[in-house]
Amino acid sequence: MLLRGIVVFTVGVCLFGGIAAAEPARDAILADYLNQARQADPGFTAFSAERGEALFKARHAHNPDVPSCTTCHTEDPTRQGRHYKTGRAIEPVAVSRNPERFTDATEVEKRFSRDCKNVLGRLCTAVEKGDYVTFMMSR
Amino acid sequence: MRPILTTALAAALLGTTVARADDTAPVTHEPTRKECGECHMAFQPAFLPARSWTAMMAGLADHFGEDASLPEDTARSIRDYLTANAGDRVSGKLARKYMRWVAPDGAPQRITENPAFVKEHRFRDEVWKLPQVGAKSNCPACHKQAELGLYDDD
Repeated sequence: MLLRGIVVFTVGVCLFGGIAAAEPARDAILADYLNQARQADPGFTAFSAERGEALFKARHAHNPDVPSCTTCHTEDPTRQGRHYKTGRAIEPVAVSRNPERFTDATEVEKRFSRDCKNVLGRLCTAVEKGDYVTFMMSR
Repeated sequence: MRPILTTALAAALLGTTVARADDTAPVTHEPTRKECGECHMAFQPAFLPARSWTAMMAGLADHFGEDASLPEDTARSIRDYLTANAGDRVSGKLARKYMRWVAPDGAPQRITENPAFVKEHRFRDEVWKLPQVGAKSNCPACHKQAELGLYDDD
């Protein structure tokens, strides 16, 4: 019984610790994008979930097979997506449904650089990346 | 007594895993499972020769028309795993079956173009287009244990 209590307590602390630690990591990623955005434009003030949503839903002419983020992620980022070509399941992008999203800077940069090139045909700007993350944090 | 028993047990286990023609060792390298498996099933390295994997890992910026670039150290680690376990580096019936069709200096990129694959996958177009299939690369749609390297369920 005592052992069980200790296990439950430990698991609880680990879970709580994991979630609590995940947010500073995301904040740091956003802060980094904000710095970059201000370097490009000293007058830049803040990221916008609305602009992020518009970017997420916009359709682009670069690759007719993947005209939009929504091609794989669906119109609703809280839902599971599907790779447009392979059919592989893609976990939700919305932070509420997938708290691990945007907590690993290397992973985030890897995805942005690939997916922006694949969908938009170019790299995304710091403002676009910050807007996108902000939108996903609001969902 | 103990070593003999262990050997007998190992032989029995081995016998069950390599006796079937369409089984191969599962992917055990975590970065390979994660990075390749993000967009498609992480195919077992025995399906292609080492030359193919080297070429593939050097060309991730245009991976079948898509950018699949990886940080250099991750790409190197995955390439090392794939080449060390490639079809021309390991034994096993599945590796032999697929390598039979590969030219001595050939570096094919699509497993699905290997005659060993084609021969066993002659389906009507509608079958490939079923929503639960979607693509020829989607082995687990039909081979439920494909991720484990088990394809003998057809």
